Amino acid sequence: MSDSILVIGGGFSGLTAAVEAAEMGYDVYIVEKEPYLGGRVAQLNKYFPKMCPPTCGLEINFKRIKTNPRITFYSQSSVESVTGSAGDFSVRLKVNPRYTTPQATNCKAGIDVSTSEFPNEFNFGLDTRKGIFMPHPMSFPNQCVVDSRVAGTDEGRKIQEAMPEGHVDLSQTVETVDLNVGSIIVATGWKPYDASKLDRLAFGKFPNIVTNMMVERMASPSGPTEGKIVRQSDKTEPKTVGFVQCAGSRDKDHLPFCSYICCNATLKQILYLREQNPDTEIYVFYIDIRSPGRKYENFYAKVKSDPKVHFIKGKVAEVKPGSGADNVILVAEDTIGGGKIEQEVELAVLATGMQPTGAIEPIAGIEYDSDGFVVPKEGVIPCGCAKRPIDVVSSAQSATAAALKAVQTIVRRAG
Amino acid sequence: MSRKIGVYIHTGDGIGEALDIEKLTEVATGSGAAVVRTHADLYSPDGVAMVKQDIDGEGVNAIILAGISPRYEYKSFDFPGVILEKTSLRELVVWSHPVAGDDEKAKEHVQELAEDYIRMSVTKCKKAELPTPDKMEAPSTRILVIGGGVTGLTAALEAAEAGSEVTIVESDGELGGYAARLRKQFPIGPTYSELISPVVKDLISKVRSNAKIQVVTSTEIARIGGVPGRYRVSMKPAGSKSEWDAPVPLTPEEKLDASGKELSAEDQKKVYAAKNEGRKDYMIEDPAAEIFGAVIVASGWKPYIPGDGEFAHLGWGNPNVLTNHQFEEIAKKGKIVRPSDGKEVKSVAFIQSPGATEDDADFPYASAVTSMVSLKQAKYLREDQPADGRAYVFYQHMRTPGQYEYFYKGLQDDVGIFLTKGAVTEVKDNGEGGLSVTATKTILGEDVVVDVDLVVLATGMVPTTRDEAVVNLAYRQGPAFRELDLFGGYCDSNFICFPYETRRTGIYAAGAVHRSMNIEESMEDAAGAALKAIQCIKAAEEGHAVHPRTWDFDYPDFYFQRCTQCKRCTEECPFGALDDDEKGTPKPNPTRCRRCGTCMGACPERIIGFKDYNIDIVGSMIKAVEVPDDDEEKLRMIVFACENDAYPALDMAAAKGLSWSPLARIIPVRCLGSVNVAWIKDAMSSGMDGVLLLGCKFGDDYQCHFVKGSELANRRMENAGETLKSLGMEPERVSLAQVAIDDYDKIPGIINEFVDSILALGPNPFKGF
Repeated sequence: MSDSILVIGGGFSGLTAAVEAAEMGYDVYIVEKEPYLGGRVAQLNKYFPKMCPPTCGLEINFKRIKTNPRITFYSQSSVESVTGSAGDFSVRLKVNPRYTTPQATNCKAGIDVSTSEFPNEFNFGLDTRKGIFMPHPMSFPNQCVVDSRVAGTDEGRKIQEAMPEGHVDLSQTVETVDLNVGSIIVATGWKPYDASKLDRLAFGKFPNIVTNMMVERMASPSGPTEGKIVRQSDKTEPKTVGFVQCAGSRDKDHLPFCSYICCNATLKQILYLREQNPDTEIYVFYIDIRSPGRKYENFYAKVKSDPKVHFIKGKVAEVKPGSGADNVILVAEDTIGGGKIEQEVELAVLATGMQPTGAIEPIAGIEYDSDGFVVPKEGVIPCGCAKRPIDVVSSAQSATAAALKAVQTIVRRAG
Repeated sequence: MSRKIGVYIHTGDGIGEALDIEKLTEVATGSGAAVVRTHADLYSPDGVAMVKQDIDGEGVNAIILAGISPRYEYKSFDFPGVILEKTSLRELVVWSHPVAGDDEKAKEHVQELAEDYIRMSVTKCKKAELPTPDKMEAPSTRILVIGGGVTGLTAALEAAEAGSEVTIVESDGELGGYAARLRKQFPIGPTYSELISPVVKDLISKVRSNAKIQVVTSTEIARIGGVPGRYRVSMKPAGSKSEWDAPVPLTPEEKLDASGKELSAEDQKKVYAAKNEGRKDYMIEDPAAEIFGAVIVASGWKPYIPGDGEFAHLGWGNPNVLTNHQFEEIAKKGKIVRPSDGKEVKSVAFIQSPGATEDDADFPYASAVTSMVSLKQAKYLREDQPADGRAYVFYQHMRTPGQYEYFYKGLQDDVGIFLTKGAVTEVKDNGEGGLSVTATKTILGEDVVVDVDLVVLATGMVPTTRDEAVVNLAYRQGPAFRELDLFGGYCDSNFICFPYETRRTGIYAAGAVHRSMNIEESMEDAAGAALKAIQCIKAAEEGHAVHPRTWDFDYPDFYFQRCTQCKRCTEECPFGALDDDEKGTPKPNPTRCRRCGTCMGACPERIIGFKDYNIDIVGSMIKAVEVPDDDEEKLRMIVFACENDAYPALDMAAAKGLSWSPLARIIPVRCLGSVNVAWIKDAMSSGMDGVLLLGCKFGDDYQCHFVKGSELANRRMENAGETLKSLGMEPERVSLAQVAIDDYDKIPGIINEFVDSILALGPNPFKGF
């Protein structure tokens, strides 16, 4: 029997669930696969509809973690297996080495001698990083990471020598940690749907087709283009942009459900583009604009009032090369006007949806539905986008509720 | 025990090369440090051991880590009973002020900057005290739930399941709320394709059989007095008046006479007394009140009823044009019949958006719920009339988020349900007892006219807090949540990340009063609010703050002997934490307080402060800055930076190699709301040349986590500017800029621009006096 709580996933939902449960007086473990906490939202430039930075709320939650001795977190870690039942789960973790010690808060010396260049996964490969790196400028923990691919090499040793003594520890190995917990909150979130599976949308075939998450990184001042949304072919700012909504979502061959956030995400990205350039012509191809409720409806109305933003009800069926250099043509059925619409744009953005992580990396011992969302059971409580596709506000509510459910499981077992 | 300060200077990360560490050590000693040591890797286990040795061996009881940003180090240096202060030489000095090898002048600037930060931190350490938590003894763990609908019932059950005693207060004679009046409800889990019986029946029976839950029906809240952990709740029969009804303060308009002049205090009292006749003063305690620890507001919503003449083009006013709520009522009773003549209904047009071709928004107070309701009601018709029932759903945007898409998909296979995008331009009597509906811009590509028995408008859910106080707080600032008009009347939070934040600590909203939401979301929201309620009581017991400073065991202390009853603190506290007595002396309520220090910033007598953050400490830090009085190149500016947003942005700017003027000294503050004008005076009187405040965005879309801090600071600084003017100084010497945490690319420019403007003005004319 245990009265500790395990939170799988250290993204927005997992962090919220963890701090809320810890502030109820319970010991909480967080397991996060990335080397930083914050998850998907750490990659976002702004939140819709307030257009405020996600790091602001993360900063508060990180402070709550730093000051709360009840929270232990494992980064670069995954859950290998879950056995047992409510009140008494055995969980095996695989903890990957970071190859650094906590005092390694400054990678500069190591970066100077590192020769490798790896695609920067935080920026979806839009730029590169070295063999030692800080995952991103607001990374928590603020501790350098040595890429496992250089750890055993000469380069790894050079990095170790260049860094202050004791900051790099190449002798670290993969560790197995066994935890005994009373309840488990599953907050494994989502991954952007793999755009290369959308054959007709030609992602990967033409350079100027990007996903909405790539746009987030470009729009971020700390991103690969220092805040500028540019074409990959020539690094210029596009003068015409087309958004392809439901890229994979509401599609029985891909994600049959609605990913909910992509409409508002597009509205938000239109504001990024507008701030960047007052003249960019923007075309949005959609089935329905799902921006319900007072805040989102107002947000949509605001974007719609821009005369250079054109909403076209029609699903994009095909993307083909355009006449201008590296331009693309979006071909859609016009559901209202009838006939086909062809719109040439300098940059196409695929509003890819969210695929629950469980559909791609299921955890042994956790049950999933056919879409990959977690099926709850006594003591196993899904929240956030591991449960259903929702926005950040609803994730906060979902995670707070999950924290209470986790506590209840323990209270019940204690009688 | 006397204070013995140890200063530990980290010389790694380039600090040792960029700065004259020996001089820095002398400055630390000169400022009052008993022990000063350097370490090339202070944050390593060896560095921690060095510090610990001084604590154990030398009796050091206050330590200053001068090195990396305070944001990056945590836990290793937390020694019980030892005051810990961190000052950033790496980010705020060395990284942000790179010096070319032989630029001696620049080196001097940077050295002086570092020395000032050492002086400031030693000064702070000399004056700061460890907080002694103000623990509430035996707070009530009972939770009051206002509203006995699906949200309130769920909140009660969830709280009870976690061990709390709960009382549900419902104004109606029965539990169940709106959810009990539904024929069927949406699915609340996979496979999301079939309607289910309302879950509320089951919730009611669970509540009725739960020994921890007490239910009071036909009852309303007259007033809630007291504080989180010990609320005093007076109840009354629903719809009745009570002497315990919460009094309502005067509005700004009511404080004026007919000519627009402010009434005298005496006259205001009279107007107030007349307005609240028959009501006990808000500070009088009802001896019969019930005691609760926290409150969950689940008072729900009311159907939107269109006014006369509203939606005339949609036929509103015709007996056969109904709202979705009226339709639900009919459907709940049995077979769906036409109101005008009782004819069995065979065909219905559901209209999602009222704006015809002008506007594609849904009805007011709608949300994704109304799309789902139309689909659900279309299904009712088909259940009643499987052979020849016809439902037409005209929408601009079908909003079935997430897995509700499956429900929508399921309906698309029903031959009796016609779903089309379209702008409904006209609904009129077809002369045969039914209605004729005209829609344009439909998916069919042409205008559509259909004849139906009924038209249903997908109207929204009006939150109860739009028109009523609901919580009826006996607070100085009045009975209701403040400024809910920012959220359209919903009892919502302005923070995306923190949806349970309200401006009344200990009171948490859930369900449709929070935002328009469906039953599944409301039930989840109810559990979340239940957790926040329980947590708040725990915080009261342990003596720490609630969000956003949950780690904070300090609380503001008032030196009442010098209070002049100016009422600024009581009026400006964003959270209504302060009440007052007859004379106007503030009465602090620590468990309502969020520790932002807005009261401290407001107080002209400087009598409010925290143990480690008060007027004297910050004033002394300012005075600790060495101000050359004869060097026009070495002007000095203080920058107060919000510690949650502006300060991290500076860290990031430094990490990115961005640079700002070495003339500015950064002081992190809890919130700009805590910045007292006294500090501006301290800065100016010690010969400094300008003060810049960096804080969060204010206005309707505020980002300030203490809601009003940056806005109040802005107003106060405008006044401070006026004061400077009266002294013959330029008001521009005090300035405020709104920045966000990700504005790190802009912040150096903002500081530099300010410094340049001060350089242009020249030195403070009183420098050296």
